[in-house]
Amino acid sequence: MSDIAIKFENISKQYRLGKIGTGTLSHDLKRWWTVSVRRQEDPYLKIGAVNDRSLKADSEYVWALRDINLEVKQGEVLGIIGKNGAGKSTLLKLLSRVTTPTTGRILSKGRIASLLEVGTGFHPEMTGRENIYMNGSIMGMNKAEITRKFDEIIDFAGVAKYIDTPVKRYSSGMTVRLGFAIAAHLEPEILVVDEVLAVGDAEFQNKAIGKMQDVSNEHGRTVLFVSHNMAAVGDLCKNGIILHNGSVVKTGSSREVIAAYIESAKQIAVQREWDQNENAPGNSDIKIRKVHATNKKMDIVQYHLTTSDICIEIEYEVLRDIPFFTHGMNLYNASGIHIFSSHDSNNYHRDKIIKRGVYLTKVWIPANLLQEGDYLLSFAAMRYNPFSVLFHEKELLRLQVLDTINQSARPEDYKLEFPGVIRPKLIWEELVELSS
Amino acid sequence: MNQPEDWTLIIEPKGKLLSLNLKELWRYKDLLEMYIKRDIVTFYKQTILGPLWFFIQPIFTTIVFMFVFGGLAGIPTDGIPQALFYLSGITLWNYFSDTLTKTSDTFLQNQAIFGKVYFPRLIAPLSITMTGLIKMFIQFGLFAIVYIWFFMKGVDVKPNIYALLFPVLLLILANLSLGFGIIISSMTTKYRDLKFLITFAVQLWMYATPVIYPLSVMQGNYEKYMWLIQANPVTAVMETFKYGFLGQGTFTWLSLGYSLLVSFIVLFLGIIVFNKVERSFMDVI
Repeated sequence: MSDIAIKFENISKQYRLGKIGTGTLSHDLKRWWTVSVRRQEDPYLKIGAVNDRSLKADSEYVWALRDINLEVKQGEVLGIIGKNGAGKSTLLKLLSRVTTPTTGRILSKGRIASLLEVGTGFHPEMTGRENIYMNGSIMGMNKAEITRKFDEIIDFAGVAKYIDTPVKRYSSGMTVRLGFAIAAHLEPEILVVDEVLAVGDAEFQNKAIGKMQDVSNEHGRTVLFVSHNMAAVGDLCKNGIILHNGSVVKTGSSREVIAAYIESAKQIAVQREWDQNENAPGNSDIKIRKVHATNKKMDIVQYHLTTSDICIEIEYEVLRDIPFFTHGMNLYNASGIHIFSSHDSNNYHRDKIIKRGVYLTKVWIPANLLQEGDYLLSFAAMRYNPFSVLFHEKELLRLQVLDTINQSARPEDYKLEFPGVIRPKLIWEELVELSS
Repeated sequence: MNQPEDWTLIIEPKGKLLSLNLKELWRYKDLLEMYIKRDIVTFYKQTILGPLWFFIQPIFTTIVFMFVFGGLAGIPTDGIPQALFYLSGITLWNYFSDTLTKTSDTFLQNQAIFGKVYFPRLIAPLSITMTGLIKMFIQFGLFAIVYIWFFMKGVDVKPNIYALLFPVLLLILANLSLGFGIIISSMTTKYRDLKFLITFAVQLWMYATPVIYPLSVMQGNYEKYMWLIQANPVTAVMETFKYGFLGQGTFTWLSLGYSLLVSFIVLFLGIIVFNKVERSFMDVI
């Protein structure tokens, strides 16, 4: 017997895109006819693209995970990182048996408990006490076990005072703490944690991280930790993997993996050019040739200021005359948060043909909107009526935005970073004295 | 694999056709208990009348039935006092229809929780069946009070040995409502059409069951539709109950045996379909 706690063998998961509607029945019937009656291979298993959102419209089926082979040792704390849509959640869903893999199998020793979302099954009308029992049993504990750990749980969650109050009167922080406390006291052999640490106050986060370390160090349990928070992954995990488009692209120590992950985002330049059509982003008809960001004076710059306008210039070539299409962009911050989406809605003639040639589009991001930090810009071409995406190039350009007060004359009181996802300049009216 | 390993959990694409894991279900018996407790307790939280609601519905339905079917329509009740006749029918039918409509919503109702954590999915509809049973017993208490009141008044209600078949009747109802419920709930994950059908189908079903009329009246008036009523597995339950407790009704071992058999077949089919769907329903819902 080896010391492997959990093992993934050729795990793949296929999802079907789009709506379930009248077409579903015919697909189902065709599938049933081929597989069950004619004893042939499932016709829909063969097709299906990799989980790359830039290739979206090509196939109705998509592989969220493709051929995952992975072994996690007993007592190992493994960090799983990757961008949104890389397949992390699907992997966790398979582990928590919410859905089943399309091919392959997962083998494990011992109970798997997941903190996919804590507080699952909390009933708002029931008291904290009742919910501990309810939630504990959902997680697979029996009554005696819960009773044994009851005091420890309320202690950990810090809700002793409110234990006989209905959960609907709890603050969201209390609810999360209670949920995590229950799950943390489950004593599963394998614990799966997903982003829960994003909620809750700092004190509780430390408690939670401490508990996770206890679980692995003292009790020798295995932990799979999925997070966007590189610092937390670095602190907690010895090893890590990077998921990209449904496959494992890197395994190694958490330090190596985090470095590779951050590097992969940094690799995208702030100014890009393609002279050959073969490697240029786009599709078979449209190729992006140049992309960069300029300031107001139309100079290409490395850094932009939070207080100045930014112009994105994208040059693309249309290789042959094609029906009308338009384009748009998305902006994501360094944590992968989608900041906004914007489409060119100029009043073109919708029925016209776009002639072969080279085109330049410019879009202005106004000053006093973006927060300081690194951004990734994506660019897409699409058609309306019916809506279809021709291509969506996800990581096209990197933008670096600096705060002006970071640059110079920053007052001493402003040592802290400005919090918030965006940094608009709002209008503050002058203070009015109402009475004295 | 090169060496034998003692894996305790294997997650694979497809399970066996009838992989009812009774051992696992038993391991989660505390959860079943919690579910039942939750449903009973939260049923009347933040209401003024509280548990009284368990009685209000059958009382008022009985009064309305007495007025409409007994009074206006003049449907005879086999010589049984109308209140008792309707109340017995309503008590049993309510259990059946409530459980059926609620279990048929299992996947849609529970998708939030099913989407996050694994436990044997059958626990959810099973708990509804059990909660319904408790509610049924409470309402049966109401029936018993009315029953004793009529008995004291000297009305000729002849309880007999067949009243002991009551648990069998409940088993048939539980099997049928759970079985049909999980079949429908499995199909509604993909095709929502059935959701609209169910409420109205249950309503019509009541009229194909001797709830507001005795079987003997149907026999006398609509001989050619009798096959439909007799094919209905709930018919024998109603008639046996009335025969056992009130001394009136049409009871045969054959029809009761038929109902019992059908109920088990439905439950069996239900579990097969449910098992197939529960493994992947999160992808289609």
